[in-house]
Amino acid sequence: MALICHARSTAARHFMRGLYASNVIGRRNSPPIPFSSGGSERCFGSARAGESVSPQYDDCRNQVLDFPGGKVAFIPEMRFLSESTGERISCYRVLDDNGQTISGSSFKEVTREVAVKMYRDMITLQVMDTIFYEAQRQGRISFFLTSTGEEAINIASAAALSNEDVVFPQYREPGVLLWRGFTLQEFANQCFGNKSDYGKGRQMPIHYGSRKYNYFTISSPIATQLPQAVGAAYSLKMDRKEACAVTYFGDGGTSEGDFHAALNFAAVTESPVIFFCRNNGWAISTPTEEQFRSDGVVIRGQAYGIRSIRVDGNDALAVYSAVHLAREMAISEARPILIEALTYRVGHHSTSDDSTKYRPADEINHWRTERDPISRYRKWIERNGWWCDDVESEFRSSVRKELLQAIQVAERAQKPPLKELFTDVYDVVPSNLREQEQVLYQTVDKYPGDYPSDVPI
Amino acid sequence: MAMVLRRGISRGLVAATRSLSTSFEVEKSTREGKPINLFSAINQALHIALETDPRAYVFGEDVGFGGVFRCTTGLADRFGRNRVFNTPLCEQGIAGFAIGLAAMGNRAIAEIQFADYIYPAFDQIVNEAAKFRYRSGNEFNCGGLTIRSPYGAVGHGGHYHSQSPEAFFCHVPGLKVVIPRSPLQAKGLLLSSIRDPNPVVFFEPKWLYRLSVEEVPEQDYMLPLSEAEVIRQGSDITLVGWGAQISVLEQACDAAAKDGISCELIDLRTLIPWDKDTVEASVKKTGRLIVSHEAPVTGGFGAEISSSIAERCFLRLEAPVARVCGLDTPFPLVYEPFYMPTKNKILHAIKETVSY
Repeated sequence: MALICHARSTAARHFMRGLYASNVIGRRNSPPIPFSSGGSERCFGSARAGESVSPQYDDCRNQVLDFPGGKVAFIPEMRFLSESTGERISCYRVLDDNGQTISGSSFKEVTREVAVKMYRDMITLQVMDTIFYEAQRQGRISFFLTSTGEEAINIASAAALSNEDVVFPQYREPGVLLWRGFTLQEFANQCFGNKSDYGKGRQMPIHYGSRKYNYFTISSPIATQLPQAVGAAYSLKMDRKEACAVTYFGDGGTSEGDFHAALNFAAVTESPVIFFCRNNGWAISTPTEEQFRSDGVVIRGQAYGIRSIRVDGNDALAVYSAVHLAREMAISEARPILIEALTYRVGHHSTSDDSTKYRPADEINHWRTERDPISRYRKWIERNGWWCDDVESEFRSSVRKELLQAIQVAERAQKPPLKELFTDVYDVVPSNLREQEQVLYQTVDKYPGDYPSDVPI
Repeated sequence: MAMVLRRGISRGLVAATRSLSTSFEVEKSTREGKPINLFSAINQALHIALETDPRAYVFGEDVGFGGVFRCTTGLADRFGRNRVFNTPLCEQGIAGFAIGLAAMGNRAIAEIQFADYIYPAFDQIVNEAAKFRYRSGNEFNCGGLTIRSPYGAVGHGGHYHSQSPEAFFCHVPGLKVVIPRSPLQAKGLLLSSIRDPNPVVFFEPKWLYRLSVEEVPEQDYMLPLSEAEVIRQGSDITLVGWGAQISVLEQACDAAAKDGISCELIDLRTLIPWDKDTVEASVKKTGRLIVSHEAPVTGGFGAEISSSIAERCFLRLEAPVARVCGLDTPFPLVYEPFYMPTKNKILHAIKETVSY
């Protein structure tokens, strides 16, 4: 396969001779490889001596190698690809910091109805984050994790999708579920792990999932959902559905093997999947400069043969427009798309984390105030005459009231019954589990004080 | 080896006849069956799986041209490259892709080229596939997932073409682990695994792909999961194994019979959830148990069987439960004959246990 063509410059000739000598097998006793110095072109292949190389695989006059994937030009210079593109990949944006559309920006029109729902859902997400976070601090739920600073990513990306698109979330995208209609009560039920939690109280708070809304249940391991999204997308393509798969992940997730596996599989299988990276700068305490040396994430798409875009993740209109077009291309052209949204994790990683230990408060404040995606978007809808202060305060207080009520209900609700400990491991409970269930009931009878009283036996 | 082969054929017939007693379908068709080897039986099962379910897919490294063991021969030609295809060389990608495909209601039949290379997919199998139903409260499942992989010794495989990693997966609630011993078993168990609504890891004894030949019904049939099979009745001692080790155990049974020892041989077939009752009933009858597998003895699935039977049959045991297994070393190349739980190692353990 390795075909060496005539080299013109002396330096290249020596270099190639070295390559040749080390690559060719079965020529140990052959004389040095002759390189012609003048006009006549000669080829040397890895084929055995005397064997002619078929011209269809090689065209020496054109200095081109016909190689799987397409023709490759030969050049005499030894040129390494640079480790960077020089200038960083630019970032698509529609709204400037003042919430004004940048002149000449191309974006997908948003109807008033959708625009207002986007804003209301961003506010709702913000209120949820505040109140659930407090509930955790009061010890009412065991854990929580906010999406603060990433509200535009959550809501605007969801708004650009259809409910038929299947979502494989990481864990900082509850807004997608909210957009689709998951109620505050349903969120609260999950966080309290009560009998109405679809996950039957088996997972930590924030591990939502909903078959109704095509939102696959969250699992904690990072990036495992990416190759799964590709398999799901392949299924949608085979079924000729007008839908794609969408998977979310953070900058840290791109270091996992599953990220590589997923992008490569998606490109090769031509699956309609949107890879949505929330590059928020921090993987718990690890900043992106300790995560990767590439120009972020968007640059990697090209290496996998995937069309990619970098967007301002705090610009709801940019996110909306990019996802909208990505979805169209993914479905109509049966191809994966990679989106890297630049944003910032304004909150701590989770309630088990104090991010002021590893990053400056100034940095957090800067993003919380000057780069806040919600206030930027609000300026835009206000300017359109679709929103005002009065509506805002009324809406905020009603969401707050509804959520507090939902939390009370969720808190008072019974836990799932003990028998659910043993169901769903398999489609039916196998004999070993039935045996263990009986033994456990006997133990609970004997030592009732050892067990929580709020789990119905 | 030729002798073993001939014996394998006749044994296969017996086994087939026996399984008939539980399944009329198999009995009827066995008479019409043709002698085929194990990879052809797997191939037949895959043809049937794809034919009977338009939502079934077969994929993995090199499966497009028929697979390195020829198990997927002819599938791509018949069912097209959309349903039978090569994947990039990436086990975690294969497993993850398969989970997503299965979660959308398809039968995802993924091949991991050698069980020795399944570890990159371990996270996807253990943390994702196995917990998919449980963690979602049955909102979602990936029950259509079957991961096939050749396992075990082959005479010259060394570290990385010989391993028996079944015990790792037997420690994972939510998975089923199935290992067939012969062509007839392989076809019926594979079809059951593919159609079972739970993720199944299906290990195929690669040493037997060509060596093991028996009459296999050409038609569609299934053999039950989580049911062990008593292959040979006996009264003095119970031997339990699975996969390729069954033929070694059979040889040991024959040798022991010459010394007047009557062995009862059980093929576990499904390792989790396993058929404790069948093993228990046998040991209560014989009072003695040997478990044998190729994987290293420490932490092997033999330990689980040994412990469970000690719990259930303590007062009926005439001797300690013995394990004849692989050594606690990486699988060695030159030393393979020393490492393996061979016929005479088993025979020795039988005699020791019977005369304890």
